[in-house]
Amino acid sequence: MIRDRLPPQPREWIDRGRTIDFQFEGGSCTGFAGDCISSALWASGVRMLGRSFKYHRPRGIYSLANHDVNDVVEDGVTTNIRADVTQICSGASYQAVNTFGGLKKDSARHIEHLSRMLPVGFYYKAFHTPRKLFPYWERKMRAMAGLGAINPKLPRARTPKDYDFCDVLVVGAGPAGLSASIAAAETGASVLVVDENLHPGGTLGYQWNSDASAARRFAQLMGKISSMPNVWIRTATEAAGLYADNWVALIDSVRLTKLRAGAVIVAAGCFEQPAVFKNNDLPGVMLASAAQRLIARYAVKPFQRGIVLVANSDGYCAAQDLLRAGVQLAAIVDLRKSPESPELVQPFNAARVPIFQQHAIYQARHASGKQGIIGAVICPIDDAGKTVTERAFKLECDGIAVSVGWMPADGLINQAGGKMKYSEQLHQYLPESLPEKVFAAGRVNGVYHLEAQLADGRRAGLAAAAAVGRNNGPVPEQARHEGPSPNHPYPVFPHPKGKAFVDLDEDVQYKDIVNAVQEGFDSIELIKRYTTIGMGPSQGKLANMNGVRILAKTRHQTVTQTGTTTSRPFYHPVPFGHLAGRSFHPHRLTAMHSRHQKAGAQFMPAGAWHRPAYYPAAGQGRDDAILAEVKTVRQGVGLIDVGTLGKIEVCGPDAAEFLERLYTGRFAKMRPGTTRYLLMCDESGVVIDDGVAGRLAEDRFYVTATTTGADAVYREMQRWAIIWGSSVTLANVTGQYAAMNLAGPYSRSILANLTDIKLDQDAFPYLGIREGVVAGAPARLMRVGFVGELGYEIHVPSQFGGHVWDRIMQQGAGFGIKPFGVEAQRILRLEKGHIIIGQDTDGLSSPYEAGMDWAVKMDKPFFVGQRSLQIIQKRPLQRALVGFTLPTDYAGPIPKECHLVIRGDQITGRVTSVAFSPSLNRVLGLAYVAKDQSGLGTKFTIRVDGRKEVEAEVVKTPFYDPDSRRQSETVEKPREAAA
Amino acid sequence: MKLLRCPINGLRPLQEFSYGGEVRESPDPASAADKQWAHYVFNREGEPGVKREWWYHIASGTWFIAERDNVKDIFLKTYLYGSGEQTQ
Repeated sequence: MIRDRLPPQPREWIDRGRTIDFQFEGGSCTGFAGDCISSALWASGVRMLGRSFKYHRPRGIYSLANHDVNDVVEDGVTTNIRADVTQICSGASYQAVNTFGGLKKDSARHIEHLSRMLPVGFYYKAFHTPRKLFPYWERKMRAMAGLGAINPKLPRARTPKDYDFCDVLVVGAGPAGLSASIAAAETGASVLVVDENLHPGGTLGYQWNSDASAARRFAQLMGKISSMPNVWIRTATEAAGLYADNWVALIDSVRLTKLRAGAVIVAAGCFEQPAVFKNNDLPGVMLASAAQRLIARYAVKPFQRGIVLVANSDGYCAAQDLLRAGVQLAAIVDLRKSPESPELVQPFNAARVPIFQQHAIYQARHASGKQGIIGAVICPIDDAGKTVTERAFKLECDGIAVSVGWMPADGLINQAGGKMKYSEQLHQYLPESLPEKVFAAGRVNGVYHLEAQLADGRRAGLAAAAAVGRNNGPVPEQARHEGPSPNHPYPVFPHPKGKAFVDLDEDVQYKDIVNAVQEGFDSIELIKRYTTIGMGPSQGKLANMNGVRILAKTRHQTVTQTGTTTSRPFYHPVPFGHLAGRSFHPHRLTAMHSRHQKAGAQFMPAGAWHRPAYYPAAGQGRDDAILAEVKTVRQGVGLIDVGTLGKIEVCGPDAAEFLERLYTGRFAKMRPGTTRYLLMCDESGVVIDDGVAGRLAEDRFYVTATTTGADAVYREMQRWAIIWGSSVTLANVTGQYAAMNLAGPYSRSILANLTDIKLDQDAFPYLGIREGVVAGAPARLMRVGFVGELGYEIHVPSQFGGHVWDRIMQQGAGFGIKPFGVEAQRILRLEKGHIIIGQDTDGLSSPYEAGMDWAVKMDKPFFVGQRSLQIIQKRPLQRALVGFTLPTDYAGPIPKECHLVIRGDQITGRVTSVAFSPSLNRVLGLAYVAKDQSGLGTKFTIRVDGRKEVEAEVVKTPFYDPDSRRQSETVEKPREAAA
Repeated sequence: MKLLRCPINGLRPLQEFSYGGEVRESPDPASAADKQWAHYVFNREGEPGVKREWWYHIASGTWFIAERDNVKDIFLKTYLYGSGEQTQ
């Protein structure tokens, strides 16, 4: 039963050969392929398509262009489907959103009778006391108001992102946009045209429906474009955001495209604007352009007997389209004294349609249940635009088409930083200044006549091509609108009773704005937030202009003085799925990663790296595994992957001098073949990194940095080298070298069988660095403390990392070698009292606080942070990092990192590292305490979980092997001991 | 996303760059008073206008200087430190 379907229209979008069945609110409906949900329903005689946001009033087609949210449905999977622009789907079952018990019987439909008690901001006023109950009311109100419910069972879908670029992007495939794209493309520029509609053409597709010359124009433009290989058209695609340097977000149903355009032409046209009168929101009242879209695109008769409210020639054109579609016109109501030309009136005189000049619609009269309209109250208006209600009269109709003016779709221009200025002649905003390489064309520029739009498009196309260096020819002057303005300055006709809507999304009425002004919300930004005008899903496309006009009038200001709100991305709401997408976590794996996997390692993140935390044996728990690893290193031998350390080569005549300026220590007199600890401060004297420098030659250092600090250290090295003009070459070889530390009393015995480097104490003493071959691979060996045992840090080019690791593990098998992870390393290093930069230091730690005085050589001429440390040195220390232990028989809860040190009611510090030491069989850790608590033997209190307090004692570090004999001398087990 | 011209690698998306703070001349640490030094270390110029800034092209490891108008949000020119040459 396709009641209101018209005979075929010249450029209709439907395919009459294919019918599609679907359900709406439980009832069966039929439409043609190509119908949107709204048009198929309207053709079937359904008038109520949705309920409003706050008052649950019946709503129908209003713009049929996604400029309002009257018609929003859900299909059981997806919610907030825009019925005006979404094609019907065979077998789909649609429900209107925001109803309780269905569209017709919506139990919230009576809420509007309470509207006198629900003025703007009522919830702020009514529910602020008692405060405890506010969450209750908030939940209630959130349930009552709103759009669709989120479906948490929505199937996971991947929304692709893609990237594109073009010389010129044209937004809008109407007459101006198409003309612009041809002009730009003729210069050789690559041109992308996007249009949010399903088909190109813009107003050519519906507004000039009955004009044969417009049809010819359209065919010419499309023919020309299809012959140009450098123009692409993407329909059903929104340009949702225009960002810096013409970075554009394009949204279609499946993807987000990030487009870089050389230049952007905004030819997005206009939104037709509503008139404000009583019941101007009910089904049957619609914009004239919506009626034209129904007729031209979907061949649907908008209503049977209609009234057209006009203030421009576009309205008369729409009235003609209605007549041709077989609609009986009860009247044309013209807000103006006279139409611009007598020819406009001619066809209506012939058809005996009464025309009322200088009249307005005062009220739409509703059918029972407000599910449609049955007539209108019309009255004359005086010269000030006020309704003369004494002379009001009624006319019967089931539809009202409104054509009183336009507002440019200037969202993208505003987003990009362009300025729009209200023209008092044209009564609309026009571009005052446009950002560089952004252009406007067509009705956005206030150009309304078809030929002028085509010319303006051509101008913009040439200008954009010039901006991207494609066009050296002349660019014509911009065309201006000629003739009377198509925009009425104040199409607002308040009624003392009943609702006249300014914002249909948010159910904001004329009186809400007036009341808000009276309550003192006198600026447009305040009015917006208080009344929520323009804050709905259409972001004020149909509401802002009238809102500003009403505010201006109420405040006795001009529109320019009143200003307007800020327009931000996105132009249309964008589904979260398009933005969220997939998350990618770039990470780095060491050369030995596969070995760790095979050994059953549990991994942990360390900066961008994945590092083995520990290697549990089958059935072994975390803590047991870690303790076993610690024991293996202390008593036998262990191997750890330290490839994540930063590795930087510093070469050149100034290398030593450079390190002296960058780090706190002395390096100039280091002998080649030796290593030295490095400590780096920033300019404020705060410790930021540490590592080891190995001098390979007079002019060559191999420097390590912390895993997470490596990139920043390298970066700062580069910058200082530039500033100081140092003659050094820097190379970040972090990824080029694999590194492992072989540690424990057996380490020398194992390594001796794999290398030609002499390892005995005299040939390779503690803190030495040697180059040679290990397991056939070129290697750098450093004998550093690290975990406090005899040990060798072995650096080999990454491609040899796995091989060398394997050979050491094989060679060590007879010695019970085990790999160990970061957790065991932390305990081992803590036992030695080594601090971890960033864990035992924070953003304020000076070397003095951290107990690192020994590493700072203040008598050098200069190093980064030195001048600040001179100042810090003069002041008393506020806190100090100390080693502490708990009694050996302690059995209570163990402190954790960041537990506080408490004295009386004061916090004097915090724990930075803490662990049970298997080597010393007690809990030990590092903590910041007040300076006067830092003396050896001092007892201090740590507050642990459950508000319990634990007494700790300051002890000397290193906790383990205090004289560090094990690492520096030959505390080595002979090979026989292992057997 | 903005575009920025690396003096070595040309026009690249901002994502490839890291901001390195304003270019500030250090006072002579040997002669600067404590207060003067503290001002240099801790205070930054907040006044909007044209800024000389350090920028780092991450992919190639290139430090350079950009002059940026942070009122208009535009890069005016970029050049290598010490060269002072206009490349944009």
